[in-house]
Amino acid sequence: MKKTSVIILSGVVILFLVSWLVKGASLSGEENPYLQGFLTTFAAFLTLAVFSFLYRDNPFYKFAEHLFVGASAAYWMTLGFWQTLVKKLIPKLSDGLANFFEVPTEEHSYWYFLPVILGLLLLMRLSKKGGWLSRWPLAFIVGYTAGINFVGYLRSDFVKQVSSTFVPLLIDWQGVGHFFSNFSLAIDGQFVMMLANVVIFVGVLCGLVYFFFSKEHTGLFGTASRVGIWILMITFGASFGYTVMGRISLLVGRLTFLFKDWLGLIS
Amino acid sequence: MTYLLRVLLTLALLTGTAVFAQGEPPAVDTTLVDTTTVAPPAPVTGLTGKDRDNDHGHAIELTWTPSVDDLENPSGARSVLRYRIMMWKPTEAYRVDTLRQMYDMVRSNYAPIRVYKPLVDSALILIDQGMVDVSALPFEVLLPEGINRTDAPAEMMKYVRKALQDTLAAMTAQVDISKDSVKVFRSNFLAAVESLPEAFNANGPSSGHGAWDSVGAEVPGATFFRHAGSKEEVSPDFLPDYADLYYRVDAATSDPAVYTASDVCGPVQASGQWYNSGRTVVLISVIIFTILTVVFVQQARRGKELYVRPLAGIEAVDDAIGRATEMGKPILYVLGLGAASDIATIASFTILSRVAKRVAEYQTQLIVPTYDPIVMTVAQEVVKSSYLDAGRPDDYNEDIVYFVTQSQFAYVAAVNGVMLRQLPATNVYMGKFYAESLILAETGALAGSIQIAGTDEIAQIPFFVVACDYTLIGEELYAASAYLGGEPVLLGSLKAQDYAKALFVVCAVAGFLTLILADATGAHWLAQFKQWFMVAD
Repeated sequence: MKKTSVIILSGVVILFLVSWLVKGASLSGEENPYLQGFLTTFAAFLTLAVFSFLYRDNPFYKFAEHLFVGASAAYWMTLGFWQTLVKKLIPKLSDGLANFFEVPTEEHSYWYFLPVILGLLLLMRLSKKGGWLSRWPLAFIVGYTAGINFVGYLRSDFVKQVSSTFVPLLIDWQGVGHFFSNFSLAIDGQFVMMLANVVIFVGVLCGLVYFFFSKEHTGLFGTASRVGIWILMITFGASFGYTVMGRISLLVGRLTFLFKDWLGLIS
Repeated sequence: MTYLLRVLLTLALLTGTAVFAQGEPPAVDTTLVDTTTVAPPAPVTGLTGKDRDNDHGHAIELTWTPSVDDLENPSGARSVLRYRIMMWKPTEAYRVDTLRQMYDMVRSNYAPIRVYKPLVDSALILIDQGMVDVSALPFEVLLPEGINRTDAPAEMMKYVRKALQDTLAAMTAQVDISKDSVKVFRSNFLAAVESLPEAFNANGPSSGHGAWDSVGAEVPGATFFRHAGSKEEVSPDFLPDYADLYYRVDAATSDPAVYTASDVCGPVQASGQWYNSGRTVVLISVIIFTILTVVFVQQARRGKELYVRPLAGIEAVDDAIGRATEMGKPILYVLGLGAASDIATIASFTILSRVAKRVAEYQTQLIVPTYDPIVMTVAQEVVKSSYLDAGRPDDYNEDIVYFVTQSQFAYVAAVNGVMLRQLPATNVYMGKFYAESLILAETGALAGSIQIAGTDEIAQIPFFVVACDYTLIGEELYAASAYLGGEPVLLGSLKAQDYAKALFVVCAVAGFLTLILADATGAHWLAQFKQWFMVAD
């Protein structure tokens, strides 16, 4: 290990210990103050370790990454076992096992042996000879979902979209004279609402043309396709800005933890 | 160093904002409430009820004409502040409610009592055998004031023994904790539920055997209420099918004691329908799409060449694999966070198959970290088949595709680590992506990799567009899988989708024109065209 690395590591360890002790002392009125102080300091350390990735890859980030991956993998496995197998499956299959795991028994249903069998077939991957059996549950999962989604998507992404595109070009139309004498750029004004409907109609048609794969995008078709991709990009731009603002709020949440819960700089 | 300073400056600014953005609490509105006594309002009239169409049953729809004294009616007394919807419940229905509560109570008490009763039993046995150390008990004992662990053990144990005996008596009295008690309560409850329709049919309001029960409320001006009960028998909102139901609507005022009931409406019965006529248009669409798919798949199988326009993102895949081979660096393929049953993930498997085949031919390294164990299993099969197709089964290694974790950001952290440590020449992101899309794509860009992405998650496409070299937008991902796979089924379905889109355009134009014509000519029947495409929930 290089001398610089040893110095940095020692510095971080000392800072951690100081923070732990100071935080523990500041929580002296609460239950287990030094345990609470350790947990808060450790959480702050992990947060800063992840932020250090902004500079470059380093041992602190690697530590946080491996801890996060390991802990989450174990957590999800445990959660899957207790919430799915123990809580939902076992009470419906066996009183003995339900008593063993101390969960309430439920009315038995032998249909639940079907997922058990499919699950066991999945595990056949571990066998060299019976590995092919694991393809059956996979085929079942992919097949049944494709079938269910077929009707669902056709309804939500096709038929409902068709009816949503039926928008009137003229809204509250009382003649050209009335239109110009009451012309307004207000968001709920006649002109803006009619313009919005035209944009919806043209945007949907040109967007569909862009996603038409059976014809080369040249000539009039190509022009419509280019309009379509422009409309898509403008939409993506708006979506990008909106989501980035959401991410900033997440960052603020993390910084609030650091400066309020850890350092106590925010009251 | 400059980069580090920028990051620190940004953090400092954000902190400052958080510190100073602490404002005053809003002022409290202190509106006074008029408690003057009100006269009984005029009743609701024309109350009618009917079974809700196109549903699974257990729902009734009521319509009425509001009271003349409705708050929304300026010409009346405006004393009606809400409408209370009442349903007649026969005595038997209340008995079912009681049985349901008992069954719930037994169920919820069964588990803890089963856990704690043996503990209490064994503790009592130990105390009877002369145990004197309270801290040896398998649970914590809260002692009353004045008694502590240093006091005489006999006195303390006397108290603990009494407390445990009381606890045991309370447990035994609360429920029958025999092994089959839950089943007995359940069967009693279900038998009562089964007889519920007969009880409703035989005991209407005129019988006097029952009472009016509130099932909902509506705001002033309302003329409609849907009593959507639950189909689950164990739910307190369970509403039986094929039972005679009677309703009335109370015009309620600010004084809870002052209201006027409408005439009783009923009997009406709820029932489910086998066919949802509100979704006929979906059935027609399914038939048309299926016919189109079958026709084009057959054409593709007969050898007819079906044209699919080139996609820049997919054309770039081969170049990117070549670049990785020349640089001697690996290719990272990320399948996203979708399940194996997601359409985007299924499309991604096809693209992975092509990438893996090329990788095997060029003898380049491939890395496929996965989020979902089932996706990992399918991806292993896909990659294995591709190596076999390329004639290099010996080069296949089980570690090419591996599972990371099912926690979203832990997965991202791991993939980011792979990007920065193994420095892949090419990153391919195809499938379902969520909030991790920008983190992945940004890290890949920092690592200097060529990046090709494709997803059908609309909210994530912008991030791929800004941070990747090529992006497949939405349906292009599905088209890419058909284009690369070249299989008749995929090509045929892609063609069918294109013709469905053409049909969409025709319908949209027709709808748009009919609305314009309806406005221009006053022929409002033309606007009914839109109704053909309205889908019931």
